[in-house]
Amino acid sequence: MSDDQELRVSKIRSGTVIDHVNGGASMHVLSILGIKGGDGDTVSIVMNVPSDRLGKKDIVKVEDRELSQAEVDVLSLIAPAATINIIRDFEVIEKRRVARPEEVVGVLSCPNPQCITTEDEPVETRFEVLEDGVRCCYCDTIVREDVAELID
Amino acid sequence: MRHDHIINAKQLSRADIEEVLDRAAEIADDPAAFRQRHPGALLGLLFFEPSTRTKMSFSASIKRLGGDIVDMGPVEYSSVKKGESLADTIRVVEGYADALVLRHPMEGSAKMASEFVDVPLINGGDGAGQHPTQTLLDLYTIRENAGLDDLSIGIMGDLKYGRTVHSMAHALTNFDANQHFISPESLRLPRNVRYDLHEEGATIREHTELSTVLDSLDVLYVTRIQEERFPEESEYRKVAGEYRIDAATLEDARDDLTVLHPLPRVDEIDHDVDATSHAEYFQQAHNGVPVRMALLDLVLGGDSA
Repeated sequence: MSDDQELRVSKIRSGTVIDHVNGGASMHVLSILGIKGGDGDTVSIVMNVPSDRLGKKDIVKVEDRELSQAEVDVLSLIAPAATINIIRDFEVIEKRRVARPEEVVGVLSCPNPQCITTEDEPVETRFEVLEDGVRCCYCDTIVREDVAELID
Repeated sequence: MRHDHIINAKQLSRADIEEVLDRAAEIADDPAAFRQRHPGALLGLLFFEPSTRTKMSFSASIKRLGGDIVDMGPVEYSSVKKGESLADTIRVVEGYADALVLRHPMEGSAKMASEFVDVPLINGGDGAGQHPTQTLLDLYTIRENAGLDDLSIGIMGDLKYGRTVHSMAHALTNFDANQHFISPESLRLPRNVRYDLHEEGATIREHTELSTVLDSLDVLYVTRIQEERFPEESEYRKVAGEYRIDAATLEDARDDLTVLHPLPRVDEIDHDVDATSHAEYFQQAHNGVPVRMALLDLVLGGDSA
């Protein structure tokens, strides 16, 4: 992170810094993490700062929360280049890249209005992760563009 | 057959398909030998939308194997009308029957329902999704008439929403078949089916006019262009005529062309085709009984004939 970007958001004592999120996608990151703003999480966001790798990137800092592997896996769908930094006492104690999972369960809603998962049935959505999109395991609908729009 | 549930044609290997078709041929040759094959077996019929052929042929099939049906009856007289979920309905009926057949308007319904039951569940059509047992009887009919390898098949009509088309396209990837898809641009194969065909390395061609490919076909599989799928009736009128065949159309076809249709037809096959040697769609419907008998025999545990 450059000095200029450091100035935009101060260091956090503990929690998670998600760096290299595609420019403008940080709000979708918050959706994946279930952060709606009303539940007391302290969150800092930097949007559309210059990035050598991405052109423009977002950075999301979530205080006092370390992401689960499942959350990190789902992040990969909308932020495949993201790096996850786990912070304790102002130090980065773990740094990892996101990895694409084979399936995501209960995170995305199926855009096909004729899919059984859109009915009031006791079933979680399940999507197979493809090279370039996701596929509903129930109705087979493939979504390649705007996967983030499907986040519940 | 390794599968407890029959949900999707994609799950059927060539060996699975041939096992069902071979058993169906044995049954067709000597139906009496199978008459008491499964005495007392009960087949649960859960039809959430109208059906004539699928429902009646399953009913006839289990009865011809010595079993019987338990029928949910029309949706309007069932607990579904009270707001019961499909998951609950299916779990209740599981306790009444040895196997279940589900027809439901929502895509993925059979897949979901199968996750709630231990008895074999057979997809009798899930919305615009899949109809694997129709495909098995279609393949049986094709095998009888043209064989399943070195096959050139034209599939014409509503390819986007036609569940019989989707199942057929998947199943044909097991065989040496050239698949020609003929439809208006707006009713081309859906993205998920194309994806699977591409992954399987299937040989497919897409056309908007039957005339470009008719003379090369062994089989022409016709489905209805569904007027209700078009936003404007005028749009439907523009294309519908292009996808109707009559005896005159078939003068350009090979003499041994087999014409199939999952039925019901409306006007996409003129009645004057019925009298030609090409018409096999009524025999195709009749084949539903031996094929579904074979499938039920296998899922109910009839490993050896």
